[in-house]
Amino acid sequence: MEIMQQLVNGVSLGSIYALIALGYTMVYGIVKLINFAHGDVFMVGAFIGFYSITILDLGFFPSLIISMTACAIMGVLIERIAYKPLRNATRIAALITAIGVSLLIEYGMIYARGAQPEAYPSDIIPVTSLDFLGVKVSSQSLLILGTSVVLMILLQFIVHKTKIGKAMRAVSHDMDAARLMGINVNNTISATFAIGSALAGAAGVAFGMYYTKIEPLMGIIPGLKAFVAAVLGGIGIIPGAMVGGLLLGVIESLVSAAGFSLWRDGVAFVVLILILIFRPAGLLGKNVREKV
Amino acid sequence: MNIFKTAKGFWTSIVLAVVFGIVMQFLITGEIINFFYVNTLYFIGINIILAASLHLIIGITGQFSIGHAGFLAVGAYASAIITMKLELPFGLGLVAGGVAAAIAGLIIGIPTLRLKGDYLAIATLGFGEIVRIVFLNIEYVGGASGMTVTQLTTWPWLFGSILLTLLVIRNFTNSTHGRACISVRENEIAADAMGINTTYYKVIAFVIGSFFAGVAGALYAHNFFIIQPTNFGFLKSFDILIFVVLGGLGSMSGAVLAAILLTIVSTFLQSFPELRMIIYSLVLVLMMIYRPQGLMGTKELTSFFKIGKSSKGGVTHDKNTVA
Repeated sequence: MEIMQQLVNGVSLGSIYALIALGYTMVYGIVKLINFAHGDVFMVGAFIGFYSITILDLGFFPSLIISMTACAIMGVLIERIAYKPLRNATRIAALITAIGVSLLIEYGMIYARGAQPEAYPSDIIPVTSLDFLGVKVSSQSLLILGTSVVLMILLQFIVHKTKIGKAMRAVSHDMDAARLMGINVNNTISATFAIGSALAGAAGVAFGMYYTKIEPLMGIIPGLKAFVAAVLGGIGIIPGAMVGGLLLGVIESLVSAAGFSLWRDGVAFVVLILILIFRPAGLLGKNVREKV
Repeated sequence: MNIFKTAKGFWTSIVLAVVFGIVMQFLITGEIINFFYVNTLYFIGINIILAASLHLIIGITGQFSIGHAGFLAVGAYASAIITMKLELPFGLGLVAGGVAAAIAGLIIGIPTLRLKGDYLAIATLGFGEIVRIVFLNIEYVGGASGMTVTQLTTWPWLFGSILLTLLVIRNFTNSTHGRACISVRENEIAADAMGINTTYYKVIAFVIGSFFAGVAGALYAHNFFIIQPTNFGFLKSFDILIFVVLGGLGSMSGAVLAAILLTIVSTFLQSFPELRMIIYSLVLVLMMIYRPQGLMGTKELTSFFKIGKSSKGGVTHDKNTVA
């Protein structure tokens, strides 16, 4: 039963990783950029959720929506100001810019409000735990899991059934051909950043609920791990990010359960290096031959 | 004739450097410059070694590694074990730090250097984090509370290491091996097609770069009184990265100048750490948008003095040649 309990914890944690990983994978799929600032959008989302709950006295769902909207706007601003001028620059230049933006958000946040952590209010939803075949499932875990599943279904709907989703798929397939077909590439890329960042904002609120502690540098490690999750599932592939996130969460929980909780943060990177060496296209990815 | 001239310039710069080193030594032992400035000088020196070693990996070979603090940590801990636990002399610790980091570089380099661009960056970042977590979990070296180290870094050791680092990297760059590394940076597939063993040269550059990062780690550990895993996080790697990016990807003198400049700036901003990071990150973003090649591009400081001569002699300098 101990293993089952850890699996449940792993799935809750994994669904948070999956939400962040979706943003990474969508952005990478469309502009081939590792958006390092994504982890910090997640952090900002957690703080906006926190302030809407404590200062504006709102419930969980209104705070979630406020946080998602604010993060979407922030994602678009980051893309327009920092990444758009570099769209034709070298990959390294874009990567360095992304690192710069990430640090700017982190330290801008510390400069604005100080580095002290905040405790997330835990009474925002009734805390009960269900007993299911001897496994304790807290209401928070259920809420997090439910929110993630709904958002992922919504995302699948947007990507596959709407016009903007079709444009996103077209641009990620071939940007120039999409432009020739009359698709507004700039708006499509902005929309991708908006959706990805909104998901990160939702993940931020969920993370705050689950861990009850938020601070300005909290985005770095979950951000990196979510990236590992995206690579694990196959970067650029949306279902891959979900699978990768859940898998990584479960692996981490099992490592903790085996008594190596201090090594937990290292495991994600070991997984990353192994996957990059043995299956660089990811679990769901196809091997693409390099063209000269 | 030309060879003789370059050799003369080479020996002149070495003599000048040695004279500078001796003068500084007198200034320090005579206590003419105060302790604060001496300390800043040590930081500048260590950062110069780090910048030059990362320059070899990113600037010359074009392999985007952002886990350099990992090698710094390996060097720091290895040398501290030699001097503190085994009580052997500092010189040996310095070499051991370098060798341990080089071995780490070899172990991580062989599998990861098959990756390109973004993936390599993330893999090296992951390696840096793994190193930090490993040291955090080893009780022998103090775990999270760290390891106390006596201060053994002195100006002659530091200066000797800087001189050696710059000489080795400069000569490596100008050798056949260095040219091969530059060709890997310019176009890996073309280099491969010309018969260059690209993996071999990437690993070589990576190992030499990590060796010197390890030496810098040894000097760093013995200058700081205490080393903790938190000193070697992602932010430390970023600090080193910005020297190379600001100086110009491909210019050693650019990286060295950026190291000197930024160390001085950060010393003055020591009481405002957030402000320092905000300035750093803004510099990085604006630099990439408006001057992506860095302050010096691929030029070296010396090439600014040769403009008149080269046009007369008819020697055409390729813009990518690192003089």
